[in-house]
Amino acid sequence: MRGLSQLVFVGPSIDWWALLPQMILLGAALLILLVSALAPQRTSGGFSTVTTLCAAVTAYFVALGLWSDVQTEGPSASIASALGVDGFSIFFTILILTGLVATALIAHSYLDREGIDPPEFYALLLCSAAGAIVMASANDLIVMFLGLEALSIGLYVMIAMHARRPEARESAMKYFVLGAFSSTFLLYGIALIYGSTGSTNLVHVRDYLGAVVFRDQHLLMAGMALLLVGFSFKVAAAPFHFWAPDVYQGAPSPVTGWMASIAKAAGFAAFLRVFFGAFGAHNADWSPVVAVLAFLTLVTGSVMAILQSDVKRMLAFSSISHAGYVLVAVQSTADGGTSAALFYLFTYTFMVLGSFAIIGAMGADGEHPLDRYAGLGRSRPVLAMAFTILLLAQAGVPLTSGFVGKFQVIAAAVGHRSYLLAAVAMLSAVIGAFMYLRIVMTMYVVDDGAEGPSPTLHWTVAIVLIGTVGFTLLVGIVPQFLIEFAEDAVPVLIRG
Amino acid sequence: MEITTGWYLVLGALLFIIGGTGLLIRRNPLVMLMCVELMLNGVNLSFVAFSRTLDDIGGQTVVFFVLVVAAAEVVVGLGLVVAILRRQPGATADDLSLLKG
Repeated sequence: MRGLSQLVFVGPSIDWWALLPQMILLGAALLILLVSALAPQRTSGGFSTVTTLCAAVTAYFVALGLWSDVQTEGPSASIASALGVDGFSIFFTILILTGLVATALIAHSYLDREGIDPPEFYALLLCSAAGAIVMASANDLIVMFLGLEALSIGLYVMIAMHARRPEARESAMKYFVLGAFSSTFLLYGIALIYGSTGSTNLVHVRDYLGAVVFRDQHLLMAGMALLLVGFSFKVAAAPFHFWAPDVYQGAPSPVTGWMASIAKAAGFAAFLRVFFGAFGAHNADWSPVVAVLAFLTLVTGSVMAILQSDVKRMLAFSSISHAGYVLVAVQSTADGGTSAALFYLFTYTFMVLGSFAIIGAMGADGEHPLDRYAGLGRSRPVLAMAFTILLLAQAGVPLTSGFVGKFQVIAAAVGHRSYLLAAVAMLSAVIGAFMYLRIVMTMYVVDDGAEGPSPTLHWTVAIVLIGTVGFTLLVGIVPQFLIEFAEDAVPVLIRG
Repeated sequence: MEITTGWYLVLGALLFIIGGTGLLIRRNPLVMLMCVELMLNGVNLSFVAFSRTLDDIGGQTVVFFVLVVAAAEVVVGLGLVVAILRRQPGATADDLSLLKG
């Protein structure tokens, strides 16, 4: 009978303070669902939007507190090293919360117009934001997988919520099948990494790979390759990008914005954490493969974008080529490359959220032909100007954040002596600029005297536009603060 | 003949490949869901086999997490399939082709 006293389960110590941002978001999601279930009749979107915004702002202040903790006491890890608290995780927490605020504001008027029930939408949005944060701060491959699934499952439903429209259903089904397919690849990669290193913990994997010289590393290589395929699907890198245009086109515009910005950023966060943090000892093995992916992604994204006639598809291919720039920074395998990738992702998020705010305001999303924008420069000059700034920033025009981002990425590639890739990145920026300018021309240059479109712009969308355009110009003129922020946010894996 | 861990790994890989092939070539949405499950179970088998070889309980715990995730995924997937089939009875993956570039 001596066994009983030894069977007492001792759980790992949990640093609740570090988990607070995710818990606030999940708590807000539960609150919204509870209130909407208890409310006597269908509530308006106001309560859900306000709760979401309050949760995001509170979590934002907690994240700032965690940031100052990390600056003074250094990075830490919690729950048996499963979740890391370092500059990297807080950088992405702030990025995801910013995306959450913008998406909640854009969705407010959109849901009202399209007649979608708001509470469920916001609850799913909050859950998927919490998943994205978990993904960016996971120090364990399985925790990362759970975060990824929380993010993706929320997204599948959010895309399908516009169930009356066949495009949304089709888009949700396509994303679901390919998302599940890519998750299994990722998981199989995790299994093989586990088999070859003996743990799913990234700290353990890094220490093991640093200490052991493999006689036969086929299992490890296969695991890394499968992880790479899984991540490439998630961030829509060629040749695993084919789902993106269809899904982006069919999804409701606020969800497309969320998918293009935050789902991609969280995918890259996990990518960087795993490949920089844990597989650093095997740089020489994965860096060339990422370089090939970057090359394919850049070329496919920029060339295919020219051939489109639908604005949402154009931006889908443009987001594919943006993933290519981030990959160019990733393949340089240096700290400078990581901070360039982080800077690029941060600025890109603002540009893409602003663009999809405008697209959402411009009308229904099944078809979104370029003609719809003809004459916008005459009928709504301010709106057209905002869209022009966001598009030019994506093209990488000086005085916008896009220029600084592209410059840093190309500098990182040159520092790694991948001159060919740097040249391809510059060339595809030129090709891509053609597509952005085509939209700008359509807005300003019209032959006939016809009236341009005059969409109603809700004040919440206007706030998002002011914020995103303002930030894009601010970073374009004084980029130093964001560069320093990104340099402090290189991932650090630490045992808790 | 002794059955070593390698056998289980090969079986896991085979299940994964069969599931993956099925997902790519079958057109019925329900069968596609089943193929995803088959792939996940192939992965689960590999986890358990590795866990046994490494004498580490971690791999077996992972399987429980994966089962939960797979269940959550199927709930959403079946919901989507029902939403599609209610409006387009007998739809296959080929009927979902409104979006093209």
